[in-house]
Amino acid sequence: MARVYVQHRQVVVPGDLLAEDDGVVVETPTYIERVGKRLYARIIGLVNITTEEKKVRIGIIPLEGVYMPKVGDIVIGVVKDIGITHWEVDIRAPYHAVLTVQEALEHPFNPVTDSLRRYLDVGDYIVAKIIAFDRTRDPLLSIKGKGLGRIVEGAIVEIKPSRVPRVIGKKASMINMLKTETGCEFIVGQNGRILVKCPNRDLEEIAVLALKMIEREAHTSGLTERVREMIRREKARRGA
Amino acid sequence: MVVSGEKPTLIRKVVRDGKEVLVRHDGRLVDQMRPIRIEVGVLSNADGSALVEYGGTRVIAAVYGPKEAMPKYMSLPDRAILRCRYHMAPFSTAERKTPALTRREVELSKVLREALEPVVLTELFPRAMIDVFVEVIQSDGGTRTAAITAASLALADAGVPLKDLVAGVAVGKVDGVLVLDLDEIEDNYAEADMPVAMAPSLNQVVLLQMNGVLTLEEFHAALQLARKGILEIYRLQKEALRRKYAEVKVEG
Repeated sequence: MARVYVQHRQVVVPGDLLAEDDGVVVETPTYIERVGKRLYARIIGLVNITTEEKKVRIGIIPLEGVYMPKVGDIVIGVVKDIGITHWEVDIRAPYHAVLTVQEALEHPFNPVTDSLRRYLDVGDYIVAKIIAFDRTRDPLLSIKGKGLGRIVEGAIVEIKPSRVPRVIGKKASMINMLKTETGCEFIVGQNGRILVKCPNRDLEEIAVLALKMIEREAHTSGLTERVREMIRREKARRGA
Repeated sequence: MVVSGEKPTLIRKVVRDGKEVLVRHDGRLVDQMRPIRIEVGVLSNADGSALVEYGGTRVIAAVYGPKEAMPKYMSLPDRAILRCRYHMAPFSTAERKTPALTRREVELSKVLREALEPVVLTELFPRAMIDVFVEVIQSDGGTRTAAITAASLALADAGVPLKDLVAGVAVGKVDGVLVLDLDEIEDNYAEADMPVAMAPSLNQVVLLQMNGVLTLEEFHAALQLARKGILEIYRLQKEALRRKYAEVKVEG
């Protein structure tokens, strides 16, 4: 029979003994070290335990760490350099991302008569999708698609990438609450950059405060309700 | 380090609670460590950081990354490179030390890297680079073990997956007696000095150096003594990491 030494939602640090014996299913093998029959945490994070039909599943949701690109992720990047037929984009990962001209423009591009700078310049922010990444090569981006492309308005908020799941919440509960309470539009990049578009300045400040609060208190429970309270309090104070 | 003058008395016999015990020059028992202070997340610009004090020894570690490898030709196709820098501040010693990296510091940087490599999961970040900087703010013996303790905490704070935390402590033989956690004076006059670092949950020794002479029996006893100290430090390390999250909970 499996013995589990930690509780659901408990904060663990590297080297913490999680469970012993077989019969425990490891959901996040990257974050769990196996020494014989013992399972140890590899990272600071929250334990996630689910039990179904005598099977114990254990995983860790990290609280710290860099963003690792994943195919299909929506990210917000900054153009860092321009090549002849591609842009190099910073997506806060250990690898810089490449956006080729084929994945950016709808029409054929001739480098002799045209310049990439006309479309995206260094320092521009873009909402992009990761279309390829396999660890041996740099991630490839695309800005062809609905909601993707150059950012022309709004504010960018940077939070730790590991706290992004909390900003979205279970079944998008947190982000829906933020949208209805502040009336702002949120585009959440998986790399921890969030685009906020608000009707006015006060609401934008409140939205930023809310995001920073979620980042700071990501490991606590009942967060959605506390953030909602904070937003309502701030709105009343500012008369927004 | 040039040792001059008469050798001070380092071990005395004192009667405590009707029992005769050996007491060291600073009042510690032979198997007692100096007061240890550990703090995590002390620097806001680094991805991860830690401050570790063993008595008068004080070190700060900072971690950057995993990030893009620079220079690019140094990157490895199957794992991240781990770069370590151990450096003593010019004001860390009684007499000013040159700020440039000395031969000793270059070697200790390598020793530090080799002590961390067995626990850092570099294969999760191919072609990337992890930078570890350790700055000795104040030196009173045992800086390399304090550096390892601090570096592993800074790595954990940065969210780099680790097989286990690493803690280090020195043991040595002073006036024929095995002692734990030597300070600078003891180190200068010791017959033997042995820094040890371990990954306790993995039951692995990641650093073992020795200066001087120990018999085989003494060596075994010294290693046991070091293990005892390391387990205590390991407990404090985890406590410090957890404290960072407990504090936020109180506010909310």
